[in-house]
Amino acid sequence: MTAFDFVFYVFAALTVASAVVMVFSRNVIYSAVGLLFTFFGVAGIYVLLAADFVAVVQVMIYVGGILILLLFGVMLSQRVTKVELRTGTLQLVPALLVVGSGLVVLLRVMYKTGWKEVPAAEFKATSATIGTLLMTDFLIPFEVVSILLLLALIGAAFIARKERKT
Amino acid sequence: MRELVSSVTSSQSFLSNLPEFVIALIFIAIAAVILTTVAAVLALIGVYLERKVSAHMQDRLGPMYVGGWHGWAQTLADAVKLLIKEDIVPRAADKKLHLLAPFLVFAATLAAFAVLPFGRQLIVSDLNVGVLYVIAISSLVVVGIILAGWASNNKWSLLGAMRSAAQIVSFEIPASLAVLVVIMAVGSMNLGEIVLYQEGGIHKWLVWKFFPFNLIAFLIFFVASLAEVNRAPFDIPEAESEIIAGFHTEYSGMKFAMFFLAEYANMFLVGAVGATLFLGGWSSPFGDFMNSGPFQVFWLFAKAFALIFVQMWLRWTLPRVRVDQLMYTSWKVLTPFAFLAMVGVGIYMII
Amino acid sequence: MITVTLTHFLTLSAVLFALGLLCVLTKKNAVTVLMGVELILNAANINFIAFARYSDTDLDGQVFAVFVIVTAAAAVAVALAIVLNLYERLRTIDLDEADLLAG
Repeated sequence: MTAFDFVFYVFAALTVASAVVMVFSRNVIYSAVGLLFTFFGVAGIYVLLAADFVAVVQVMIYVGGILILLLFGVMLSQRVTKVELRTGTLQLVPALLVVGSGLVVLLRVMYKTGWKEVPAAEFKATSATIGTLLMTDFLIPFEVVSILLLLALIGAAFIARKERKT
Repeated sequence: MRELVSSVTSSQSFLSNLPEFVIALIFIAIAAVILTTVAAVLALIGVYLERKVSAHMQDRLGPMYVGGWHGWAQTLADAVKLLIKEDIVPRAADKKLHLLAPFLVFAATLAAFAVLPFGRQLIVSDLNVGVLYVIAISSLVVVGIILAGWASNNKWSLLGAMRSAAQIVSFEIPASLAVLVVIMAVGSMNLGEIVLYQEGGIHKWLVWKFFPFNLIAFLIFFVASLAEVNRAPFDIPEAESEIIAGFHTEYSGMKFAMFFLAEYANMFLVGAVGATLFLGGWSSPFGDFMNSGPFQVFWLFAKAFALIFVQMWLRWTLPRVRVDQLMYTSWKVLTPFAFLAMVGVGIYMII
Repeated sequence: MITVTLTHFLTLSAVLFALGLLCVLTKKNAVTVLMGVELILNAANINFIAFARYSDTDLDGQVFAVFVIVTAAAAVAVALAIVLNLYERLRTIDLDEADLLAG
């Protein structure tokens, strides 16, 4: 049991436990806190997989952007005087059947396939390589994603505006 | 720190018999304890300094009584008082979130101390993406503040928390752009390498490099980081005369002490990061003169405390800005100038 | 079994995907459904980065993961704007009540 294995099990346990809290909690804010710890667990897994730049980008965008947006969305769409934000679950059993069968299929595929594993190379900094790849091999997706972000910015600001009664 | 760990484990036979992850855990625990102590002590010094600086600027004396010489033990007395206060939680408040929020805020601030270079070898974690990590971890503070405002079940707390979140998120953009200017100039995000780039005297500091663009970047970073730690003149979230105490109204005792410590530790962090990125970090401004061992720690602290002094000076001199003026400052003043600095440095580097 | 290989990361990703799918299928609150979608995207990202580490490509998986993160941010922004608009009209974000287009 090397340090790598131990850290993997710790972060995997953190991620799965927080995801379980997120899915099965009745209070929306508790789900958001569960999601926060899930994001941190996933960032830890990325660091284990030698993806330091992506891990930091994950924390910055998911925790520092998306989670705050979600929290604002929760708080702005409930009556502020109510303290508990209970949410119910519908049709739990059919959903569990569907998801369970999907999970079984996925796991069977993963364990049956003979993955051609290359032994993991030594860790080196990834930011420079990612930057070069973004500007050479992946230039078109990069530009398209920039335009997508611009559209999302304009669209979200436009949709969320209150209608003016002229 | 990795060299330290390997040198210690190879010299002690008892330690090298343990499995690898136990050794790693022991060293992580020791480093965490040292960092927490350093952060807490720095926060306490910051509180005392604030009271003395504000007092002298207002032509009075400040704490003089506790501990004899100029009241140096005042902060210790304050800390003891806060710790033994009763912990009041409002009846309709969410107890678990009320407990979690101060710890999130303090943990975020503390986690960023792990990449600060205090000396040539004195970094806890020499990350290759160090600068980006500091920016990312500061966004965790926002989540803690929102949860604190929500969990208090108080309209004013929630309002203060929302305003604080909007403020911190808006000012992250000019701060990140200003930091990007430094990364462009050095070519690496590693904080240790950024300091090594500036070693050799005051003429090599990054703040003078591509004149005037790096100076603009430094000023933008300083102003934006003032807003990130909720310090005046951007302290609407905790304005005492406007919104009671904002998001930490309903907190008392140990939890309030956590918020308090987190604010002053954040002030030191922002000062230290500004000093590392722009003013040369632990390297001495005289070149090789006082550039070894404990002098490095001294220089870092001196520069960080100089920046903290300027922060306190601004707090007790300028009036508070309104919320719309704050948003105007961030989006229409700081961000365009940050872009200008970035483009300017880019062109400078090519030509 | 104890030593961590590629299949461990893939299993973790599959479990997270299943949990996210469960959240999307069973929750009433629109924002909670969005959280489930984020969980699904994170699971897919773990897959990308695990394959980037254990195969011969040149960090392609990590670049894909960055694109996924950015697209998820855009998706959440627009989706939350729509949810807020829904709240303005119906005064609730219960997805069962949003049936104006139903036949």
